[in-house]
Amino acid sequence: MQNVQENSSKYSNKIITMAAGAGGKTSKALISSLILPALSNDYLEELGDGAVFSLGADKLAFTTDSFVVSPLFFPGGSIGDLAVNGTVNDLAACGARPLVISLALILEEGFWLESLERIVRSIQEAANKAGVKIVTGDTKVVERGKGDGCYINTSGIGIVNENAVSLGPSKILAEDEILITGPIGDHGTTIMLARGDLGITADISSDTASLADPIAAVMEQCGKAVHAMRDPTRGGLATVLNEMAESSKVGIEIAETDVPVRQEVRAVSELLGIDPLYIASEGRMVIFAESGYGNQILDILRTFPQCQDAALIGKAVDLHPGFVVEKTIFGGERIIDLLVGDPLPRIC
Amino acid sequence: MKYVDEYRGKTHALALAEEIEKLCIPGKEYKIMEICGGHTHAIYKYGIEKYLPEQIKLVHGPGCPVCVIPLGRVDDAISISLGEVIFTCFGDMLRVPGNKRSLSDAKAQGSDIRVVYSPLDALDIAQKNRDKQVVFLAIGFETTAPSTAIALKQAKALGLTNFSIFCNHVTIIPPLVSILESEDSQIDAFIGPGHVAAVVGCQIFEQITARYSKPVVVSGFEPLDILQSVYMIIKQFHDDVRAVENQYSRVVPYYGNQAAIEAINSTMEVRPYFEWRGLGTIENSGLKIRDDYGEFDAENRFTIPGIKVSEPRACQCGQVLQGKIMPNECRVFGKACTPEKPIGTCMVSSEGACAAYYNYGRFQVTAGR
Repeated sequence: MQNVQENSSKYSNKIITMAAGAGGKTSKALISSLILPALSNDYLEELGDGAVFSLGADKLAFTTDSFVVSPLFFPGGSIGDLAVNGTVNDLAACGARPLVISLALILEEGFWLESLERIVRSIQEAANKAGVKIVTGDTKVVERGKGDGCYINTSGIGIVNENAVSLGPSKILAEDEILITGPIGDHGTTIMLARGDLGITADISSDTASLADPIAAVMEQCGKAVHAMRDPTRGGLATVLNEMAESSKVGIEIAETDVPVRQEVRAVSELLGIDPLYIASEGRMVIFAESGYGNQILDILRTFPQCQDAALIGKAVDLHPGFVVEKTIFGGERIIDLLVGDPLPRIC
Repeated sequence: MKYVDEYRGKTHALALAEEIEKLCIPGKEYKIMEICGGHTHAIYKYGIEKYLPEQIKLVHGPGCPVCVIPLGRVDDAISISLGEVIFTCFGDMLRVPGNKRSLSDAKAQGSDIRVVYSPLDALDIAQKNRDKQVVFLAIGFETTAPSTAIALKQAKALGLTNFSIFCNHVTIIPPLVSILESEDSQIDAFIGPGHVAAVVGCQIFEQITARYSKPVVVSGFEPLDILQSVYMIIKQFHDDVRAVENQYSRVVPYYGNQAAIEAINSTMEVRPYFEWRGLGTIENSGLKIRDDYGEFDAENRFTIPGIKVSEPRACQCGQVLQGKIMPNECRVFGKACTPEKPIGTCMVSSEGACAAYYNYGRFQVTAGR
């Protein structure tokens, strides 16, 4: 049995390809062979959703994220919603209550003011819902053709809950229970369909939402049992589980039948030959909890509308450290590996 | 999604597994080749081998269209893409390595390469960009050839002057014959490719049964389909018959789809020779565009370097594609050759035997097999 994942491979291409931004193996290779050697420090090396550091008696979480989604508007939201919720959820993943965020807009010459107004309105609404304030910002304009309408960067600061005493991928233990706060892949599927070049329509919309409240409730009521959290955005649930398995050196086992996936997402992914496990969500959180606390956390989560379909999906195990294994509906087992490159549909 | 889950049920699988075990002739080894990459993918994805006794060995055939494209043809495609063209292809082809680089590299360096889901999408791009030449990289067996044929017919009807196809279509029977004729071939039976058969029918496999006395069972792609096909093959050995059978009759008419066959035949003809990755040059195994449609043949419109590239010496894709070794028995498997840095094409497409094996089956988590 091989125990070591070959994740630390070098980024060997001379140029940046799309795969370098897709969140899979190539992204990891770029970070570990270029970014980390140059900029490494204790905080960065954690490679978490955000950095946690102490300031006086308080522990703060700090994170940043850029948004380049195309199309800018899609069923269920817009780039504005993503920009707020993405950063809010990254802070929540650190066990923090989001407090303030920054907003940097990079706009392309010729971009419609009306579109910008829509985006700003969605930012306003999302910030209100998440209970955060936009406290600083920046606007840049680039020549026509040098950008794709509108890019957004947000950074955020939150206060870490005092119950977050054993939170971080390295705190994961064998037998930990694994939860997901709702069905996976809604956002990624919506975007693929919204691009319009598949000729498929389905009744589905993005799951983009703030998880600040549900996660705050979990941290408040049983935060000491929460060992790790991460939101499965780029690269989906499969990528998050692989990152967790790698940094904690445990094995992970999930059951295909327990992972919630909407019918529409399953149907579209069957048609395209894409595995829903690799499709992005923008309003979900994966939670690793101490054995025995899974159901209690589920009950807390399910009191929030965006987490009604939360589910226990598997557990951490002593076997096969570093590997994620799925028990298939067929009764077989398969490795869920990190994705290589972009999720490309098969042809036949 | 009841219509899919019905074909993935564990209870039925256990029952079939029991029947298979009962019918196996004690002491006999069965080497069954699944021809299609879609089957390879499903076998690993669902862990089908877990249900089979030790004496049945599934080996992987040459039916992944991406895997059989030789390096030189990839370089030819890249060479076309470097011109003033919009180059279109299926997503699977992007990462396939040529001699030095892939289409994905060419794209990052400025080639206008777009992923499409059908040649008809490429045709659409051509209609919207009349000032640019639009090229579609056609690959695949008889499964994808009909849509290429339709695109050719539509391009002609529309009188397009800026659309062409770089045709790399191949046919299913010649590589099977080549494998069966090769020295030390030990294949006992075939799981037939359901999608190809949906076009060409099951009867084309009768020659395999007649000439080589090998059972062929045309199969669907769900795990229970595949398991049932294995059962039907083992039953043939048990009953001492050899026949072509159709497990996938809910999709495959025994004599195929005449309209699709007619579309292929009227637009494409057999090439005398075509090079296959790992299998070498095989007679009458590739399709080229007929002269009637010559204006849409990228090989007429562009200067194609026709690069011949010898395969990397370390790569054993050829032996994998012939079922002579298992993916993990290749000397570079999982070491120099991984999905993120493939040496051979079998490691690129998710339907390639090596990639499927690497992604899903690198180790068996539980004992038993």
